[in-house]
Parts: sequence; structure tokens; C-alpha cells
Amino acid sequence: MRRAASVERAVAEAHRREWAFVLAATVRVARDLDLAEECVQEAYVTALDAWKRDGVPARPGAWLTTTARRKALDALRRGQTLRSKLPLLVEPDKSDEVDMNDPTVIDTIEGGAVPDDRLRLIFTCCHPALSREAQVALTLRLICGVSTSEIAQAFLVSKRTMAAHLTRAKKKISAARIPYRVPQTHELPERLDAVLAVIHLLYTTGHTAPSGEDLVRTDLVERALDLARMLRELMPEEREIKGLLALLLVTDARRSTRTDDQGRLLLMEEQDRSAWDRTAIEEGHRLVVGALVGGNAGRYALQAAIAALHAQAPSHAETD
Amino acid sequence: MPQYAILLYAPAPADWAETPPEELEAHDRYAAQIEELEGRIVSGQALEPSSTATSIRGDVVTDGPFVESKEVLGGFTVIEARDLDHALEIAKLSPATWRGGVEVRPLLG
Repeated sequence: MRRAASVERAVAEAHRREWAFVLAATVRVARDLDLAEECVQEAYVTALDAWKRDGVPARPGAWLTTTARRKALDALRRGQTLRSKLPLLVEPDKSDEVDMNDPTVIDTIEGGAVPDDRLRLIFTCCHPALSREAQVALTLRLICGVSTSEIAQAFLVSKRTMAAHLTRAKKKISAARIPYRVPQTHELPERLDAVLAVIHLLYTTGHTAPSGEDLVRTDLVERALDLARMLRELMPEEREIKGLLALLLVTDARRSTRTDDQGRLLLMEEQDRSAWDRTAIEEGHRLVVGALVGGNAGRYALQAAIAALHAQAPSHAETD
Repeated sequence: MPQYAILLYAPAPADWAETPPEELEAHDRYAAQIEELEGRIVSGQALEPSSTATSIRGDVVTDGPFVESKEVLGGFTVIEARDLDHALEIAKLSPATWRGGVEVRPLLG
């Protein structure tokens, strides 16, 4: 029994940490978001049984990726004729060509040389040809692995409406052939801006939840923080990413003190500064400094700098 | 390569005779620009102004464009491009974006 519980925990943990990696790597083989999503979901279900039987693998992400990619290959082989009629989401470029009939394909994948495609996935979900609502929903579903009904709850719409949104958005990606790639340098600032806006919107939606007893919908806030951290890890040099992560950290450090016992909103000067999360504020401060270096700071870096000054001041009156 | 229609919208009635000469000249140069971007023009047509349009809904025939609006369809270009990003890069250069705008639609492939 204990083993079963620990396996379930391991699968849940892998869902939280590895979903984006596994899905992004599977899209490359499946060449279609829907198929990839289905295979990844199946891989997690398979993991529950397999890990109970054989133990949790040393690298759960690699195990899940191999399993999901194998399922995708199987599905493609079964549907060879159908596939030829579907538009390919991913243009087969030489570097990542996968020969469906080559028996060594799976071995290569198991060799561990799975490229990290999370950035491709992120930029596809936040493509400017998609509405902001679609970008947000796709990001939660495909990058964070949040279920459609949970996304629907977070945005106060019915599950059916949210499912229709997601289907429409994915259909546009495949019919209009929104490419599965990281933007080139000259388009990067604009494209990155859209990604940051999506993360920021997720955070603010969670931070000032329009309904319910809790002012903060912790889920969305944490997802936004996870996304900002993921992006920072994938593009460590981008200053605006540092700025956004800093802004979220410093704002979030005050989370527990924003309301009183009755749930009433408190002004900053009424909040209990001793309860603010100092570690988060320190981390935010270091990031702000990095984001400001070199001049021409972006808007997230500037907002973060202001928020950090407020958070670091010993009292409201002594704020710089 | 996939094909996209670039639908050209101009202030009603989208009369090419009233199009500023510099915009017409830009349209002449546009074909070469598309080639420079490694896209290909499949076909293209300019339309007579929307004041010449006749619409039919069900079995009712009416004078004018199908949808009444400030900007109306004035023509279209069908291009081949690598993907949506490539198609948008090409469409952004269309002189039709100056006064009106364009809509990019993938052709059902």
C-alpha cells in the first residue's frame, strides 16, 4: 500500500515538473498537438502501473518521453494513410528528422539525447496569431498540463466552453500552420513580450481572483511562478524574463499579509512586514539588479524595481 | 508549400481608380518583394468597387456587398509560403495595409 501511494506521488510530481518537457519532445514525433497530448496523457496512465510493478525510474521525464513518443510512433504507423492527409505541424528539417520505419528510432530516444523543445512549445502557444484568451488557455493546458475543467474553473466558464476554445485554438495552429519553432532574433523581442504578458496575466488573475472567499487563487499564482522560472532557466540571458520573475516573486512575498482575518484587503502600510517572505524578496532583488544592468530597462524590470524597494523598506514611512 | 489567401480590404467602396498613385506603384513592386522573401504568387485578382456588387442570400437578390462595413474586399492574392510566420512576413509588406488592411487565410489543403 505504501508503495502504491509513493508511486502516485511520484507520478503527480512528474506531472507537475516534466509535463512540458515530455509533451514538447513528443510533438516533434507526433507532429500534431492533439495526438501528442493524447500520447503524453496515456504515458502518465501507463506510468502508474509500470512504476508500481518495476519501481520509479531514475529519470521519470526520460521514461515518460520514451513511452509517449513510442505511443505516437505506433499511432502514426497505424494511421499512415490518414496521416498523409493531415498537415504536418512540424516541418521535417534535417536535424530532427525521424524515420518512422527505422527500428533504431526508439533506441536513439532512449539514448537520452532528447532535445529540450519546451521553448518551441511555449512560443507556439503564445503565438500572436492566437487571441490572448487562447494563448492563456493553451499555455495552462499544454505547458502546465492543467486539465480543461480546472482551466474552466479558473476563468469562470463552463468546461464545455473551455474545451471548445482549446479545440478551436489547436485547430488554428494546425490549419494555419503556426510553426513549432523558437522565433528568430529579429522577431524575438515582440514574441517574448507575448509570452511574458500571458504569464503576467495568469499571475494577476490568480492574485486578484474575482470570485470566491480566497483573494488569491493559489494554483494560478504558482503556475505563473513555475512558468517564469522555467522561462528563466531556458533563456537565462533575457533581462525582461528576470524582470518578470522578480516582479512576481516580490509581489508574491506579501501574499499572506494582503488581507486581514475577515478577508478584508489591507493597505501596504497596514500589512505585517515581519510576515513577508524574505527569501523571495532577496531573490527578486538579485534578479532586478540583473534585469536593470545595461540600461533601457523593460517595463517588468522597472515595475519589479519599484516593488522591490517597497518590499525591502523596513517600514512604509521609510520607503525610498 | 502550403498556400494562403491574402484578402485585401480598403475603405468602401474599394475603388482602385481612387487608390493613391504611390500605393498602386507599390503594388507593382510587391510581386518582386514576395520573391525576394522566397514566397511565390499563385494567383491574384483585383475587384471592381463594392458599389458594383450584387448579393444573394437564400433566394433574395440585393444590391451591394454581402456584409455592409466601412472596409470592403478589394482583391486577393494567393501565395505559397513555408508556414504562417512566413505568410505573415509577406502579408505585412502588402501596400493594402497602408489605408485598409489584409486578412491572411490558409487555403483548405
